[in-house]
Amino acid sequence: MKNRLLRTILMATAFIMTVPALAWAEESAEAVVETAATVDTGDTAWVLASAALVMLMTLPGLALFYGGLARKKNVLSTIMYSFFAMVLISLQWSLWGYSLAFGPDVNHIIGNLDWVGLKSVGLVPNPDYSATIPHQAFMIFQMMFAVITPALISGAFAERMRFPAFMAFLLLWATFVYDPVAHWVWGVDGWLRNLGALDFAGGTVVHILSGVSGLVACLVLGKRKGFGNEPMIPHNLPFTVLGAALLWFGWFGFNAGSALGANGLAASAFVVTHLATAAAAFSWVVAEWIHHGKPTTLGAASGAVAGLVAITPASGFVEPLPAIIIGLVAGAVCYIAVGVVKAKLRYDDALDAFGVHGIGGTWGAIATGLFATTTVNELGADGLFYGNAGLLGKQFIAIGASWAMAIAGTFVILKVISIFIKLSATDEEQDTGLDFTQHGEDAYTDFVLSASPFGSASIPAVKTSSEVKPAL
Amino acid sequence: MTKIECILRPGKLENVKEAINQFGIHGMTVTQVIGCGLQKGRTEVYRGTEYSINLLPKIKMEMVVPDKDVEAIVKLVIENARTGEVGDGKIFTYKIDNAVRIRTGETGEIAI
Repeated sequence: MKNRLLRTILMATAFIMTVPALAWAEESAEAVVETAATVDTGDTAWVLASAALVMLMTLPGLALFYGGLARKKNVLSTIMYSFFAMVLISLQWSLWGYSLAFGPDVNHIIGNLDWVGLKSVGLVPNPDYSATIPHQAFMIFQMMFAVITPALISGAFAERMRFPAFMAFLLLWATFVYDPVAHWVWGVDGWLRNLGALDFAGGTVVHILSGVSGLVACLVLGKRKGFGNEPMIPHNLPFTVLGAALLWFGWFGFNAGSALGANGLAASAFVVTHLATAAAAFSWVVAEWIHHGKPTTLGAASGAVAGLVAITPASGFVEPLPAIIIGLVAGAVCYIAVGVVKAKLRYDDALDAFGVHGIGGTWGAIATGLFATTTVNELGADGLFYGNAGLLGKQFIAIGASWAMAIAGTFVILKVISIFIKLSATDEEQDTGLDFTQHGEDAYTDFVLSASPFGSASIPAVKTSSEVKPAL
Repeated sequence: MTKIECILRPGKLENVKEAINQFGIHGMTVTQVIGCGLQKGRTEVYRGTEYSINLLPKIKMEMVVPDKDVEAIVKLVIENARTGEVGDGKIFTYKIDNAVRIRTGETGEIAI
């Protein structure tokens, strides 16, 4: 009797659960009919694959790149910055970020809130941005850019920013710095887009913003304890090289994917991205070989990233040979920024977010004004070397606006956060390492000789005032 | 009984271990250590910033041997660890009071 009752309830429940699924199936069938006319399958496949490639750049690419550069005691906290950029910005972007960046324009400076929660962002293409792929494909591709940008900044304040402060910074920075500037450059009626400044895949929006914000953040937070006295050398260069290689790989999605279609422009962006990267890795290694006498692995990895950064804004507008020149200059200039200028000025940009992304991004934006040509992309413009000096001026306006927004926005946001919570880990916390003090973990546990799995009932834990503090 | 403690170049460990094994001493404890002495450190460069590394990696090999073998073993270690350059390492010898084999409780030279 009881059994039959149970079975009836189960069956009824199962039936009820299928009802929404059936309704949904009908709905999506309708949607497919509507969109079939305009969605291009090849374009959509390439953009979705590119979105996944750009995701790979942050996790695990950037996480490993930065994690290897950090010291042993801070590797997990460094990785966690990238991981939580993925976690929080994915949510922020779908809830309100995408609407602010790409939603209907308000006074040329920001999108409105019409697309909050991805309302009206459906499977039908939005011809303003991409006429041949579902609007959601464009949205998720752009989401990965919004994710990696604040993750890049974390290199500047790695090994010292407390995790709660980092989370607050992530959300505020994405909302008040990234989203508006993305709107200026890429949004319909954004003022830099209207001006005619060129940024194919995010040299200003992603790299200048992240690099310059990184510089501001490392100045506001102050130096790491022991900076200049203790050796602060990378704890695992193979991690860093692996991360750089994944960045290189993922960057094909970043740049060639920004063509938003499986077409000739994508192929051109793919080729110039690769050439500039190889050239920059080469010139960085040569520069340090001359300067310090040894060609280093870290130099090759860093140079490759510098080249990727520099070619980003130009990747949809330049031919192969100029791309090589852009790369050669990027490697040498970024090496000088990191290896010579930083040492002179003695600011503590822990993992060189500014030296690589700020400087490389700025050079890339200038180079776009020099080398762009409409033979590659008729929607672009000719640069200085193709007879149009006007573009270079527009590029400088875009660079200046991005620098200004990054400096002002980051400074104000950090000052506001510091009213409520502490930004930097204390000296004692930094001595112990952020892995333990922020996250309660240790990356390399081979030296933990004994531990009780059932709490410390039998073995009283040694408590020191500084070590066992909760993160908040 | 005497404890012989040798600080060696990491690359010389295999030679020394082999020679001592052939001599008939099979028990030793080997540790990776860092230290400094007459040998100056070395310079490493990361992204153009130089770091002088003062403490260099070495191998510490410890063994407790019968007194009669000490001289021969020290000679063996020197033969096998020497390059003639600064940084070849050191040998220290100490008198040992006693040794105990935990498994059987045996003491003295029989336990080593």
